Amino acid sequence: MTLKKTRVSIAVILSALITFYFLDFASLLPSGFGFLAEIQFIPDLLSGSLLVVLVLLLLTLLLGRVYCSIICPLGIFQDLISWISKRFNHKKKYSFSNEKKILRYSVLAAVLIAFFAGGTILLSLLDPYSAFGRMITNVFRPVYMAGNNLLAGIFNHFNNFTFYTVDITILSLFSFIIGLLTFIIIGLLAYKYGRTYCNTICPVGSILGFVSRFSLLKVRINEETCNNCGLCTMKCKASCIDSKNKKVDYSRCIDCFNCVDVCKKKAISYRFHRKKEVTASAPATPDNSKRTFLSVIAATAMIAPTKLYAQGMAKINKNTAYEKKHPLTPPGSESTEHFLHHCTACHLCVAKCPSHILKPAFTEYGLGGIMQPRMDFKDGYCNYDCTLCSQICPNDAIKILTKEEKHRIQVGKVQYIKTNCIVYTDETSCGACSEHCPTQAIKMVPYKNELTIPSVNPDICVGCGGCEYVCPVRPYRAIYVEGNPVHLKAQKFKEAEKEDIQLDNFGF
Amino acid sequence: MKRRDFLKAAAITGIASTIKLSDGIDLMAQNVSKKATGCDLVAVMGGEPAVMFIKAIAEFGGMGKFVKKGYKVTIKPNIGWDRTPELAGNTNPELISEIIRQCLRAGAKEVTVFDHTCDDWIKCYKNSGIEASAKAAGAKVMPANEESYYREISLNRAKILKKAKVHTAILDSDVWINVPVLKNHGGAKMTISMKNHMGIVWDRGFFHRNDLQQCIADICTISKPAVLNVVDAYRVVKSNGPQGRSAADVATPKALFVSTDIVAVDTAATKFFNQITTMPLESVTHIKKGADLHLGTMNIDSLRVKKINI
Repeated sequence: MTLKKTRVSIAVILSALITFYFLDFASLLPSGFGFLAEIQFIPDLLSGSLLVVLVLLLLTLLLGRVYCSIICPLGIFQDLISWISKRFNHKKKYSFSNEKKILRYSVLAAVLIAFFAGGTILLSLLDPYSAFGRMITNVFRPVYMAGNNLLAGIFNHFNNFTFYTVDITILSLFSFIIGLLTFIIIGLLAYKYGRTYCNTICPVGSILGFVSRFSLLKVRINEETCNNCGLCTMKCKASCIDSKNKKVDYSRCIDCFNCVDVCKKKAISYRFHRKKEVTASAPATPDNSKRTFLSVIAATAMIAPTKLYAQGMAKINKNTAYEKKHPLTPPGSESTEHFLHHCTACHLCVAKCPSHILKPAFTEYGLGGIMQPRMDFKDGYCNYDCTLCSQICPNDAIKILTKEEKHRIQVGKVQYIKTNCIVYTDETSCGACSEHCPTQAIKMVPYKNELTIPSVNPDICVGCGGCEYVCPVRPYRAIYVEGNPVHLKAQKFKEAEKEDIQLDNFGF
Repeated sequence: MKRRDFLKAAAITGIASTIKLSDGIDLMAQNVSKKATGCDLVAVMGGEPAVMFIKAIAEFGGMGKFVKKGYKVTIKPNIGWDRTPELAGNTNPELISEIIRQCLRAGAKEVTVFDHTCDDWIKCYKNSGIEASAKAAGAKVMPANEESYYREISLNRAKILKKAKVHTAILDSDVWINVPVLKNHGGAKMTISMKNHMGIVWDRGFFHRNDLQQCIADICTISKPAVLNVVDAYRVVKSNGPQGRSAADVATPKALFVSTDIVAVDTAATKFFNQITTMPLESVTHIKKGADLHLGTMNIDSLRVKKINI
C-alpha cells in the first residue's frame, strides 16, 4: 500500500467515525468512541490534557502535520470536498503560492490575545474540530434525523419499531447560520483552492505548521531525478510545492503524499533530512466579519418579535413576566467563568444530550459566549441521574461527575411566582412541577378545599428544570430556574425512615 | 335460507368485517365481554405479582373472556419515570410480562406495550425493566415520544376535554388493558387507573391548564375503554409521589386489584392506600367526577367482589 493510500484509509475511518459519533442520536456507537474528540488539539490544550498535546507535537516533529491529514475532521472534510471537485473538473490543478505569513500569524496572535483577554469566541470560531462539530450538529444532524424519520415512517407503517421518529429542531438559529457559513465558506475554499483554510486561518495549522518546519520525516525532492514537470505542484492541495525551484514549504505541507504518489520520476519521497529547505504563501480568504454581523442582525430580527408578543400576551393575561438574570451552565462546569474559558463550542454535548436541553446560546452569556451551550428547559429538563455531557466534554469545560456528585450540584435555584400558578388563578389541581421534581424541592401542600399548591425549598433544588419545563402556564411560567453563576452545593434532603408496612385487610 | 341469500349475506359480512369498526360498535363489543364475566372486582394480597394476576384473572373466567383469537391487544402500563422497579415509579415488569403471556395464550395475534413517559422515554423504557420483560414475553414495544404516533379523537361525553390526540396503539387495537401502579400524587392526589390515561394522550399540558381532575375523568370517556384495569399495588409510592425520591417513599403491601369497572377499581385502591397514608376518598376528586360521567360506581358494595389472600 502506498503512503497516500494508507493516509486516505486511516483518515476515512477516523473521520467517518467522528462524524457518526456526532450524528448518532440513538447511541449506536459505544461511548468509547469519545476518544476521537479527546485527541483533538485545541480541546486537549484547554482541558489541560498536556500529555496528548505533547504527543501530538512530538508526532508533528517526527512525521510532519499528519494531525492535519488524518486526525482533524475539518481537514478531512476539505479533502472530501476537493475530491468531489475533481469529479466535476478532471483537469483541476493547483498552483504554487507564497505563504501568507502576515495573515497567518496575525490570526494566531489575535486568537491568543483574545483568549488571554478572557474570550474564547475567536478560538471557538476558528478551532477546526469545534467548527466541524458545529457544522455537523447544527446542519447535518437535522438532515440525518430527517432520514431516520423517513425510515421510521416506513418501518412503523409495517408495525416494526426498530426505528422511531425523533423530533427535529434547529437548536439555535445563530449557530445554524454559523454552521452553514462554515460549511459554505470552508467548502468553497476547499473546492477551489484545497487546504487554504488550514494554511492561512486555522490556529492549529499555524502552530503545527511552525513545528513541522523542523520535522524529521518530510516529503523531499531529489533534485537530480526531478525534471521540473510540475505535476506535484498541480496535485498539491496545500499549494506548497514550488517545483520550479524544487522547494517545498514545510510549514504548509500536511503530509497528504499526493506528490509522492503522482511523481513519474519517483523524485519525491518521504524520508529523513538531507538538505536545508526554504519557505514560501496562499490566496486570501473572504472577510467574514461583515457576514457574521449581518447574521447577528438577522437572527435578532427574528427573535425580537416573539419576545414582544410574549410580553404583550403577559399583559393581557395578568401573567407576571420575568427574565432570567443568569444563564444555566451544565452540572460539572463549576461556574459560568470556568465554562466560558474552556468551551470552544464544538457542540458535542449539544448533539449528545439525551434530553435535548443543551442549546447554543445567543446573547445570554453576552457576545463573548455566543454559540456556547446553555441549559434551556423549553423542550426538556436535565435527567437527575444523567452525567453524559460531563463524560464526553473533550475540553473539560464540563468536568467529569459521578451520579452522586451530580445529585448535590446546584446549577440554579427554583423561583416560584404564585400569582401565575394555575392552582392560585383557576383554583384547579395541577402539581406538574412537583411531580417532576426529583428532590421534592417543590412539594404540594394543602391549599383551599381538596387543592394542593406548590411550596418551594430552594436549598435542596438542583436546578434540573423539570418544573420549568412542565409548568403549563404561558406565556410566562409560574415556576422557573434562575442560574447560579457559580454552582453551589445543594443541601441533602431529609430522608424519612423506611418503615415496614404490614396490611392484613383491603380497607373496603 | 336460499343459497343466493346465504351467499349475499356471506359477501356482506365479508365486506363488513374488512371495514374498520366505528367507535360506537366497538363499545358494544366491549360491553358484551363485560357481562360475560363472573365477578366485577377482584382484590388479591400476599403473592408475587404474576401469581396474583393468575389468581385474579381466573376469577373472571380467564383471559379468553376479554381477548379473542386473532385480537390485537395493547397493554398500557405506567412507565412514566426513569426509575428502577424497586422504587415503584412504574408498573411492575413481572406483572406486565404475565399479562402479555396470558393474552398470547388466549390467542392474541399481537400484543403492544407503550406509554407516553414524563422522563426521557428511552431511559424509562429501559430502567423500568418493562421494555426487556415485555419483549421477552413476546410483545412489541412501541414508542410514544412523538406527536405522529397519536391521532385526534373527539370525546362526546366529556365536559372540558372535548378532543384529544390518543396513541394509535390504543385506537388501532381490538382491546386494550390498563395496568397502572398505585401511587400518591402531589397534584391529582392519587394516580391509579383513571390517571394512567394521561399516558395515552399527547398533550398533557392541556389537562394541567384546564382543570386536571375533570380532564382525567373526561379522557376516561373514550369510546374504547380498557377491557380490564389491573392495578399493581405490589410496591406503592406512599409519599413524594408520583416519582418518589428514595426507597423510603416505597411500601410493599403486595396487592393487586382487577376490575372491568374503572371507578370501582380506583375507589377500592384508594381505600386500600388510605391504610398506608391517609387519603380520604373524597379528596381524590377525579374518581367522583368519573362516577358522575357514568364511567362506573364508587359503591363497591353493590358489586360482586372477590377478595383473595395468598
